[in-house]
Amino acid sequence: MANFPSDLKYAKTHEWLKLDGDIATIGITDFAQGELSDIVYVEITAVGKTIKRDESIGTIEAVKAVSDLYSPVSGEVTEANEALKDSPASVNKDPYGAGWMAKIRVSDPTELANLLDAAAYAELAAKSAHH
Amino acid sequence: MLKLTPFHDRHLAAGGRMVDFAGYDLPVQFHGIIPEHNRVRNTVGVFDVSHMGRIEVRGRDALAFINRVTTNDASKLAVYQAQYSVLCYPDGGIVDDLVVYRLPDCYFLVVNGANNEKDTAWLHEHLSGEVQMENITEVQAQLAIQGPKAEPAIQKVCSIPLTPVGFYWAAHCEVAGVKALVSRTGYTGEDGFEAYFPAASALRVWDAIFAAGKEFDIEPIGLGARDTLRMEMKMALYGNDIDKNTNPIEAGLSWVVALDKPEGFIGSDVLKRVEEEKPARRLVCTEMQDRSIARPHYPITVQGQLVGNVTSGTLSPSLNKGIALGYVKRQFAKAGTEVQIDIRGRTAAALIVKPPFYKHGSVRKGQSGKA
Repeated sequence: MANFPSDLKYAKTHEWLKLDGDIATIGITDFAQGELSDIVYVEITAVGKTIKRDESIGTIEAVKAVSDLYSPVSGEVTEANEALKDSPASVNKDPYGAGWMAKIRVSDPTELANLLDAAAYAELAAKSAHH
Repeated sequence: MLKLTPFHDRHLAAGGRMVDFAGYDLPVQFHGIIPEHNRVRNTVGVFDVSHMGRIEVRGRDALAFINRVTTNDASKLAVYQAQYSVLCYPDGGIVDDLVVYRLPDCYFLVVNGANNEKDTAWLHEHLSGEVQMENITEVQAQLAIQGPKAEPAIQKVCSIPLTPVGFYWAAHCEVAGVKALVSRTGYTGEDGFEAYFPAASALRVWDAIFAAGKEFDIEPIGLGARDTLRMEMKMALYGNDIDKNTNPIEAGLSWVVALDKPEGFIGSDVLKRVEEEKPARRLVCTEMQDRSIARPHYPITVQGQLVGNVTSGTLSPSLNKGIALGYVKRQFAKAGTEVQIDIRGRTAAALIVKPPFYKHGSVRKGQSGKA
């Protein structure tokens, strides 16, 4: 079963977020990595840019398909996880640790109220799952 | 409602992630496309291809009928021999691609699952003479056992020696005591077999094959790896690389288009002209020059000019680079031509290369032993 740590916030588009001061670290959830499977390439295109909530900041290539990475919050993309260039499979193996994707300097902390807690997200993931 | 193959419970038990494919609930993957792909390249994997359409054609005029609707020359088939072939519309567009077997008492056609109904209707429409057609899809199961260890694995549960069964030859035998048709065919570029047997005995065959293959780490393989394996070999997929708007000449399938058949076939007039005038575009193999992965419909350009489109694309697990199939204008189709692919607004360099992408498959093409 997919794992959803309770200290993280979750977006309906299957990203997780962890806030440390005004810096949010984001990645995709355990459920999302399982659905995409075999992630081979992560490209964060928005480093240095100021972006709005739900805007695409990069792409995630899996063997089967490509998907967008959406930012759960508005702010400035300050950093991309460069280690994923050599080890994109970290997203599959450790989605909340080594598989983190980007850091964002949050411009409006009140937006976090729109995100789900682990229990609410687990429910959403269960509904989205294939039978 | 989704149809289930006889192996559905086995897929669920093995942790298969199920998807709707050709109206069947089938596993897209078990534990990952890349490891499943590598399993087939390295030892042996098993694909449930029971969703494929299976049609028997018999009667005095069966050969004439098949030669009229298919592009290859079925009159060249010896008993128990098989050939890859194509069904065409009169305008040369492709109805489907298929395998035609000549068996002792009938011809046996295996078509794409998604096209089963369409093909059956098309064939019925063009029946002539004394011909009987029977669609046996529902009562039969089909497995593809593929990989360099496919033969040693299934030999253990097969009643006849398989070594004499050559590439694209078949034999009737028993697999795990169940009467079956076994052919040395597949869609992976590896050596391997496809087995056809009654759906009612399907699980007995499945369990016996998995027990026999245990020493080779045999595994069930999902549709995801089936796609990456076939793409590395430039094997066309109907709906992606070929369809009613493409013809077999431009798709690189001239080798199964027998333009010299004396009676011609549906589409032969148009295809003769295409062959003579040379097709305006060709299906080519392209390798990405960076980490990008091209996907279907992405534009292919040369110096900003649109020259074609991608029809299939993936990361090649064997080559660890992006590969794609696509049509380009004929003057750009030569291996070595540098092209660009528009990856969602970003231009990525790609090189046209000779097929197949993967050149180390274990498939025993040269061998033409008799069953």
